[in-house]
Amino acid sequence: MHEMSVALSIIEAVDEKARLEGAGRISEIELVVGRLAGIDAESLKFCFSAAARDSLAEHAVLAVREREGQGLCTACGSSFPLAFHIAECPVCRSFSVRIVSGDEFFIQSITIEEKE
Amino acid sequence: MCDTCGCGPGSEAVLRRPGNGTGHAHDLHADGMHHHHHHHDHDHRSRDPRERKIGMEQDVLHSNNLLAERNRGYFEARHILALNFLSSPGSGKTSLLEKTIPLLKAIVPVAVIEGDQQTTNDADRIDALGVPVIQVNTGTGCHLDAGMINRAVRELPLQDNSLLCIENVGNLVCPAMFDLGEALKVVIISVTEGDDKPLKYPYMFHEADVCILNKTDLLPHVEFDAARCRENAMRVSHGLEWFEVSVKTGEGLDAWQAWLEKQLGKR
Repeated sequence: MHEMSVALSIIEAVDEKARLEGAGRISEIELVVGRLAGIDAESLKFCFSAAARDSLAEHAVLAVREREGQGLCTACGSSFPLAFHIAECPVCRSFSVRIVSGDEFFIQSITIEEKE
Repeated sequence: MCDTCGCGPGSEAVLRRPGNGTGHAHDLHADGMHHHHHHHDHDHRSRDPRERKIGMEQDVLHSNNLLAERNRGYFEARHILALNFLSSPGSGKTSLLEKTIPLLKAIVPVAVIEGDQQTTNDADRIDALGVPVIQVNTGTGCHLDAGMINRAVRELPLQDNSLLCIENVGNLVCPAMFDLGEALKVVIISVTEGDDKPLKYPYMFHEADVCILNKTDLLPHVEFDAARCRENAMRVSHGLEWFEVSVKTGEGLDAWQAWLEKQLGKR
């Protein structure tokens, strides 16, 4: 879903940060993408090089760290892994499940090379 | 381009007054797009002496989310109930507003922001109701973002203690990710779609606070199980408010209107 405009937001954010840090170029961008964030990592990687053109991140490596979803049953309090927005509690069979993690989507770090 | 719907970055969005579909368009550049910088610990353990790793821990949609919160604060301070209406194209978002607004405008001032890729057709329909409306044309964009709303509200004569209806671009995918600063998200499905739509587009339904099933007058003619659709929607979003209406015949609209009036009373 939507990966090109998301890729452009990433480029904008890292390019700005790298310039503030006096970087000549960005060699790596580390992203954390939860399985429930609504982002397809492969599709994001696919359009990343086009989005990065003419930015400090043009030749950067995009390292995507995927995170599993974690659900909490609000009926019985059990905690369990989650792959989808709809889940049944494995303990009490309730559908009243709250997503506690797995929907995060953020830029963890960038690695920059300073100007010569 | 977005692989789903061909959207580009939001920067091409154009604001238009009703009846101004193709002519003069003033493209107001937002001065609200500030970026915040978090200075976290720097990691100097890198391989190359000139290379270093900088922690960012910045949400990808950070600038949108910050601006959305600014919008939300503005709405709350002025007691404006902002609703974000979302659906596939053709589910009846504009028709629902055309039926709802005349009933409500006697009680509270109403204003509308219309989002579409092109044309002022929807804004023209709302303009005919005699309420202030701004059309946002997103160009290639497939969704409204917080920056577009921030710019649009500067052009709208919004009153305190009022209702602001934001009609998003018809799309059940991308708009789910973009907070606009609304109080509640209202998703609309019609019975000519599939009753498994909440399962097919779970991100949208998971984000929604209210779901309206429209075109119920067509139920005898289509294979659509309203009860199953409701069950599917509830599985994705447990606290969902559910309404079944026919905008065409008016059936069910009284419950929706009563609920809206209750929300307006809460501000």
